[in-house]
Amino acid sequence: MINAPDVGLLSLFLASILTSNVLLANFLGTCSFISISKDFKSSMGLGIAVTMVIGICSAICWAVLYFIIKPLGIEYLSFIIFIIVIAAVVQMLEMIIDRFSPGLYLALGIFLPLITVNCAVLGVILFMQIRNYNFMQAVIFGFGSGAGWWLSIMLLASIRKKLDNNNAVPAGLKGTGITLITIGFMAMAFIGFSGMIAVQ
Amino acid sequence: MTQILIGPLAVAILSTVLAFLIAIIDKVLNNYGQMKISINGGKKVLEVKGGSPLLGTLAAEGIFVPSACGGRGSCGACKCKVTTDVGPHLPTELPYMSPAEIQKNIRLSCQIKVRKDLEIELPEEFFSVKKFQTKVASIKNLTYDIKEVLLSLQDGQTVEFEAGQYVQLVVPPYGEISESVQRAYSMSSRPLDKTHIELLIRLVPGGIATTWVHKFLKEGDRVEVVGPFGEFRIHDTPATMVCVAGGSGMAPFKSMLYHMYETDAFPEKEIWYFFGARTTKDMFYLDELAELAAKWPRFHFVPALSEPKPEENWKGDVGLITDVLDRYGQSSIDKSKGLEGYLCGSPGMINACINVMKKNGMTEDKIYFDKFA
Repeated sequence: MINAPDVGLLSLFLASILTSNVLLANFLGTCSFISISKDFKSSMGLGIAVTMVIGICSAICWAVLYFIIKPLGIEYLSFIIFIIVIAAVVQMLEMIIDRFSPGLYLALGIFLPLITVNCAVLGVILFMQIRNYNFMQAVIFGFGSGAGWWLSIMLLASIRKKLDNNNAVPAGLKGTGITLITIGFMAMAFIGFSGMIAVQ
Repeated sequence: MTQILIGPLAVAILSTVLAFLIAIIDKVLNNYGQMKISINGGKKVLEVKGGSPLLGTLAAEGIFVPSACGGRGSCGACKCKVTTDVGPHLPTELPYMSPAEIQKNIRLSCQIKVRKDLEIELPEEFFSVKKFQTKVASIKNLTYDIKEVLLSLQDGQTVEFEAGQYVQLVVPPYGEISESVQRAYSMSSRPLDKTHIELLIRLVPGGIATTWVHKFLKEGDRVEVVGPFGEFRIHDTPATMVCVAGGSGMAPFKSMLYHMYETDAFPEKEIWYFFGARTTKDMFYLDELAELAAKWPRFHFVPALSEPKPEENWKGDVGLITDVLDRYGQSSIDKSKGLEGYLCGSPGMINACINVMKKNGMTEDKIYFDKFA
């Protein structure tokens, strides 16, 4: 019933991390990317959290898409349904993190519930929908994109740590200014990968 | 028609299933079972249900740690020592902790969740802290911005406190304020009157609690207070008391003075009371205290205005309260039995007074104060 594209799982995984990185190639999920990356440890935590959310949500949303939305013919409600699923998964993850790592819970603060409206999550699920991935492809693509987001925020956090210890940054560019420029360079570097692996 | 119904129905069912899942996970994850909290080395052991913040857990057991914000981590008042290892200090605690407090395992009880058996240390006075149901008996305007609020305790409750202590007033949600908050006010009533609590409350522009008291509170309203708290009290020595207050800082001294007068407590103590205001508009209790001074030889009352207007015809002392204090300190106050300083007011006033007192031969360990924060 699904006309899945002929993409190998390994190449799809690598593609979602590198060549079509959700952050640096598609520019999704930038708000928390910019604000959390100033702290290395929080970036690590948020990276893990986003990866979990995207991966789990891709799997659940795939099932919801092919077992509820399509059979009932309610594609026009798919955005709302996906958001509800994402919100619920984030809520569950929030409780789990609060239970097992209160320090991380507080470090992530408002950004943990805000994963709900992180465009990277909905973006990946919508890519999954329009590219007609099968279940395994959806899960791999989800976790891969999450890992790609995680990789990007770790790269940016490391660069920012170096920049903060360096007095060469002009006063007018300190903080967000130099961060945006850095992201621009990073995106250009990632564009160099683009088209190397087909994802659809 | 069915097509229109199916969509919303599917969304509703899916939401219900997810909500159900969340509820189950919540039940499983937040089930910590019964926990033991041992206070002050086993003097008191509580059996409580785990999973909630320590502050609320203790309050449910009738132990009220002072908290001005009601557990939102924004006041830093609910400090207590937790000897059990509950992990490193959280980012929400650090702004309120000095390095010495971090070293000593002082934590904010509203941020620590009861997730295992805990050993904590609390000042003994917290055990006598209770929650009181009161009714507003009267509200009087003392000045244009200070009100005297008299609360009468309900249900046969009585309050035991020492003159100088404070209570937390529980402000319910009102107007655009959606959360209940607690604010501390010194009691101006006498300790012998165990069925009333009197507070002097100055309107702070934009203040949540003071706006509520000044604009919303009416006679006959029910109000909750928690207390008593505080270390500000008369010290039992023969030393002369030098008290300085401004504005609603009058409250603890009103309580102390009338208590000492009526019970003849600490008979050796001589008392000087300096009360500062800007103009006569800010002055209150002038006649009452002058009358008290007239019939009570060891009490000296010095009201002072810093900016009297000529038409006010002010006959008392003029100048900043610190200058007046300095003047009297160098001439009138008898220092032979030693001096003790008692201060209540804004942090600025207190710091300025401490300097003047030190200059006049008082040592810092004999200067006691109650800062409005």
